[in-house]
Amino acid sequence: MLKTDYKNNTLTAYIEGEIDHDSAVKIRTQVDGAAQSLRPRLLCLDFSNVSFMDSSGVGLVMGRYRQMKLLGGSLRVINIPDRLYRIFAMSGLEGLGVLR
Amino acid sequence: MKRAIKNEMSLSFPSKSCNEAFARSAVAAFVMNLDPTISELSDIKTAVSEAVTNCIVHGYRRSSGTIYIKGRITDDNKVTLKIRDKGCGIEDVKKAMEPLYTSAPEEERAGLGFAVMQSFCDKVRVKSAVGKGTTVTLEKMISSNDD
Repeated sequence: MLKTDYKNNTLTAYIEGEIDHDSAVKIRTQVDGAAQSLRPRLLCLDFSNVSFMDSSGVGLVMGRYRQMKLLGGSLRVINIPDRLYRIFAMSGLEGLGVLR
Repeated sequence: MKRAIKNEMSLSFPSKSCNEAFARSAVAAFVMNLDPTISELSDIKTAVSEAVTNCIVHGYRRSSGTIYIKGRITDDNKVTLKIRDKGCGIEDVKKAMEPLYTSAPEEERAGLGFAVMQSFCDKVRVKSAVGKGTTVTLEKMISSNDD
């Protein structure tokens, strides 16, 4: 179960464990479900406890970026461990200003 | 010069997405023998995860089938992994390998699979035939210091 926290119009989702094509589908369903019911102004994906990520993590972030745009909000990805940064750097996501 | 083989393994498993984690963990366990650094191990796991995901998402897109992995370690501490599916094959390998190109945007694929494999391994080769399947060969040297 995904841990989330909602205050001051900000929904924070604490992503845990490994992000691959398999787990990304489950994370996506839970995050989108929470975002659609709460309609936050800002969605924060907290990556502190992500131990592994392949390019499915990039797809997950890109998808939530689009989703939040549709809902009239914005996205931020916070606490990205250094070792995961290399894939994000390849993705062009840095240019969107969502990575912190 | 042909290198002597230190160790070999082969795996086969159905193209279920829960096997992505199984495949990268099994390959990591095989490579552990070489005493890789954390970053080398993580590079291999990431590249294997990408290759296996490609078999599931693309190779067996409209079907299911078996994914085969053959691993080999030679005495120069090079790891060679062949990841193969008997799925639909890739029509244009060059295009498929372009960063950010994906044929499955609706599944939120970033189009980075091959780019990640190339960046995280020393060498990536792709052999594919439409209707027959695809074999991806990954090579990585491990800076082992055990012997």
